[in-house]
Amino acid sequence: MSVRSIVATVIICLPCFASAQGFAGLGSQADGFAIPEKGYGLNFPADHGPHPNFRIEWWYLTANLKDDDGHDYGVQWTLFRSAISPGEDTGWSSPQLWMGHAGLTTPKHQFYAERLARGGIGQAGVTAEPFAAWIDNWEMLGTDPTLNQLSLTASGSDFAYDLSMQAQGPLVLHGDAGYSVKSSGGQASYYYSQPRYDISGTLTLPDGAVIVNGQGWLDREWSSQPLADDQSGWDWFSLSFDSGEKLMGFILRGDSGDYSSGTWIAADGSSKPLLPGAFQAQPLTYSEVEGRTIPVQWQIKLPEHGVSATIQAINDQSWMGTSFPYWEGPVTISGSHTGHGYLEMTGYD
Amino acid sequence: MRRAALGALLSHWRRHPLQLMTLITGLALATGLWSAVQAINGEARAGYAQAAAQLGGTGFDVLLPSDGHISVSRYVMLRREGWLLAPVLEGRWHLQQGSVKLIGVDLLSHPELPAMPTSAVPPLDTLTSPGRIFLHPNTMDQLVEQPNLPPITLTENLPTGVVLSDISLAEQLLQQQGKISRLIILPDQPMGLKPLKVLAPELHRHSSDSPQAARLTDSFHLNLTAFGLLSFAVGLFIVHGSVGLGIEQRRGLFRTLRAMGVSLRLLTTLLLCELMLIALLAGSIGLVLGYLVAAALLPDVSATLIGLYGATVEGSLSLRASWLLSGVGMALFGTLVASAQAISNIYNMPLLVAPGVQARAGVARSSQLKMATIGCGLMVSGVAAVLLFDGLIAGFTLLAGIMLGAALILPLLLSGLLKIGSYTARSALAEWIWADMRAQLPGISLALMALLLALATNIGVGTMVSSFRLTFLGWMDQRLSAEIYVTAQSDQQAADLTKWLTKRGVTTLPIRWSEVPHQGSPLRIYGVVDHATYRDKWPVLQALPNAWDHVAAGSAAMINEQLARRQNLWPGDVLTLKPDWQMTVAGVYSDYGNPHEQVIVSLPVLLERMDNIPNRQFGLRLDPEDVPELMNNIRETFVSPSISVIDQAGIKARSLAVFDRTFVVTGALNLLTLGVAGFAILTSLLTLWNMRLPQLAPIWALGITRRKLAWLELLRSLALATLTTLLALPLGLILAWALLSIINVEAFGWKLPMYVFPMDWLRLLLLALLAAAVAAAIPARKLARIKPAELLKVFAHER
Repeated sequence: MSVRSIVATVIICLPCFASAQGFAGLGSQADGFAIPEKGYGLNFPADHGPHPNFRIEWWYLTANLKDDDGHDYGVQWTLFRSAISPGEDTGWSSPQLWMGHAGLTTPKHQFYAERLARGGIGQAGVTAEPFAAWIDNWEMLGTDPTLNQLSLTASGSDFAYDLSMQAQGPLVLHGDAGYSVKSSGGQASYYYSQPRYDISGTLTLPDGAVIVNGQGWLDREWSSQPLADDQSGWDWFSLSFDSGEKLMGFILRGDSGDYSSGTWIAADGSSKPLLPGAFQAQPLTYSEVEGRTIPVQWQIKLPEHGVSATIQAINDQSWMGTSFPYWEGPVTISGSHTGHGYLEMTGYD
Repeated sequence: MRRAALGALLSHWRRHPLQLMTLITGLALATGLWSAVQAINGEARAGYAQAAAQLGGTGFDVLLPSDGHISVSRYVMLRREGWLLAPVLEGRWHLQQGSVKLIGVDLLSHPELPAMPTSAVPPLDTLTSPGRIFLHPNTMDQLVEQPNLPPITLTENLPTGVVLSDISLAEQLLQQQGKISRLIILPDQPMGLKPLKVLAPELHRHSSDSPQAARLTDSFHLNLTAFGLLSFAVGLFIVHGSVGLGIEQRRGLFRTLRAMGVSLRLLTTLLLCELMLIALLAGSIGLVLGYLVAAALLPDVSATLIGLYGATVEGSLSLRASWLLSGVGMALFGTLVASAQAISNIYNMPLLVAPGVQARAGVARSSQLKMATIGCGLMVSGVAAVLLFDGLIAGFTLLAGIMLGAALILPLLLSGLLKIGSYTARSALAEWIWADMRAQLPGISLALMALLLALATNIGVGTMVSSFRLTFLGWMDQRLSAEIYVTAQSDQQAADLTKWLTKRGVTTLPIRWSEVPHQGSPLRIYGVVDHATYRDKWPVLQALPNAWDHVAAGSAAMINEQLARRQNLWPGDVLTLKPDWQMTVAGVYSDYGNPHEQVIVSLPVLLERMDNIPNRQFGLRLDPEDVPELMNNIRETFVSPSISVIDQAGIKARSLAVFDRTFVVTGALNLLTLGVAGFAILTSLLTLWNMRLPQLAPIWALGITRRKLAWLELLRSLALATLTTLLALPLGLILAWALLSIINVEAFGWKLPMYVFPMDWLRLLLLALLAAAVAAAIPARKLARIKPAELLKVFAHER
């Protein structure tokens, strides 16, 4: 294993999406990283920018798009920040590491690319005013300090995209005003989203350029606490129903039982955290993906909102074969609710 | 039938074991030398490739600045344009004890780095302060007394003298913050990028299809390969002789077999099978021989490569499919080529008519002319190659053209000489001897060509090595003009030492240097004080008037011959050391034994332009009589071994030892080739022996005793060898000239004066005569003891 892939694994794995359970909090404090605290009021636009005293952070956009002929596409753009130690330093000595993932999914093909960079030299970073997040020539740029109007670009050796995004509602703060508790052990992260973007732009594929339109969802999260030892992976859903309602739900799979949580977002943009265990998801069918068996159809339930729906991958092979590989792709929803969304699954061997 | 026929054919070898042995030995020797050279080359190339692969980045193009460094901001700008690049900072890290090459890479973007074992060390450890350095256990000796070292991981995967670290640590250790030496262009670039030429016109793209060490050492390997091919060609002459003999002696058998109904096709096929069997057997023996020779020579080769080029090659040999296959292939192919003529003779042999021996002479005459014409053509194209093209390959084309051409002209030349000789004949016997020698020529000419090549190579290479050695000795006297050389452990110790020496009235000449990146590789710049030592003794080849005055004034620099030739810079030209630092070239000095480019400027200028130049090495000038006493005093006053003191004689002895070791391999191959050539003469004479009986029998019948005939036989052989040696002499000198004036300049960057060593030629002549005498002794002895009945048979049977 190369140094690079180990570093990449450390970036994505240590402080995983929903860092929950175990004693991880103890270790983090000893390392000198800041810990999320309840009652901290998120402060914008400053909190759109990086938090170098926290171990891990990301700017995570997924989009469901269609071309004029009604073909489905999915786009992912992610910038991860991971600190080896708290704080910032100039030049190569910066302890801040950055990793970008870009994905483009069609019903038949999956394209992806990865970028790694160090903080301190300007190759990657995020500024809050005006908002700008970049790694190499991949950029998510705002016109002002808000996240309301963004342009998004990325390119790999066989694909590229150039999109513009317009927010259609307020930011959603998960958990308790953005303080999102992740386990009974008390671990938490700061977590907010902009789940409602109208998107238009161009995808460049090996066969040529395609004009697309659709909806996008941006997640912002930062924390310092790593996954517990017994946890093997997670399944994360961001779903947009045709009713205008939205659901973010996740399941952390562990030896000592699964842990699930999420947020219900009403059509008017108001949101309510789900109680642990309220969101349920069961795999229905599996597919062979890169030598692994991965569930590509799910049955999800959220009884308190009358949700009982089937989630179906648009492309079973939405595999991100990056240094730390995982499944991430667009899905369609049918059943009690209809709509579209994004699914991320890790830890399937 | 087939079986019986094959049995009959093979029975010949059972009855002539010596002949079989000759054939197998010849082929085995040829294969052996060829595969030895291939094995050595293969091992060395694998060594370079491995060393380069350990550091990653092999096979990728790189971006280099024309002078100086690339700034980090330039790198970031190119990354922000989407170009996937990996920065490398490389420089000399000065330690308490000498210096090492430090390579700093960005772990996040660099290609695979086997030299950095992640199994042993958490990778983030390498990235975060205090960082971590990776080095070979042998390099550790130099670092033992270094204070404030970062954590160290030892790895066998790095060459000695190279330290690897993350770029953040490297820029601190080298004190080169914000600087990058080169950018590796990674594969799989994203789509839609602007061209690098537009984005960064000041950077040059270099393709890196071969590692730098491999390029530098190419000349050395080409040299070895040339030797290998030469040995192989000489070996083939032996095979040709033996196969010819084996077929000549079996003519009767072939006729009998044909008469018994064996078809011509079957006979030829069976002969081919027989030859291939022998080739396989001999080839296998050759591989074993090759392995042994390569294993014996490899330590010297590796010493040469380290000494000359600083390229590390393991001293141990491993079996590689490449040279094993090439060895067997060459054995089979060579046998086919060498026996083609003999086999085709059989194929075209009339069934019952005896071949006309005399007719051969007529055929030979026209083929001699044809060969000589081709030979002239080869020589002309060789000369044309060197006139039209530059480079090592052109140089070797010249050598190959002249050598092969001369070999092809040899039979006609000898024939002409013998004809002239025949005019001096005063008696019938003498006339017969001259005529008979001419008649023998076609049969022995191949062997003589082999001898010519071997002798000429010997003279050429010998002259080159001896000239080089003589020049080197003279150069050392000039260059190493200080009486004592001292290396201190620290700048402080050096300062104390200087004070102490000044009190005793000893002149100290500081030896201080720094490196600047220059066209992608480090260029070493020495700073010298103005002293008579340099003015009087430095080995200057060309210079402006008062060159050292210009150097002392700070406006000019002296450069070594390598730099002058490679960049075509001569006195009066302008040399750019850094973008803001230009110097006039005041003079060019010779710098043998160093493959790298070098510059000398005045010390104050160097100190002003460059930072962190250690001051630990000195040359001391004093009365030679005081040397032992002062050396003892220094050792007593400044605790040894923390300070190293060596006198001029010691350093010269060391340098000369390195020099001599460099040419051990050349010498060994030289001798082996000559041995093979001697063997070729032996087999040719043995072949001729059988064919010559019909010619000798009438002479014997006229009353010349067998004993006298035997002596004449020996004499003839010696005469031909002498003639060949005499002709080899001018050829060898041309070869030496080409090696010194063309090949050396291309390979090393220096031109050497040629010296001649007539005593060596005499020795070689004696050696050639000895080989010819030994080779002729066996047939001569046979002749002296042949039963008269055998000679009578010649008249009784028509063969």
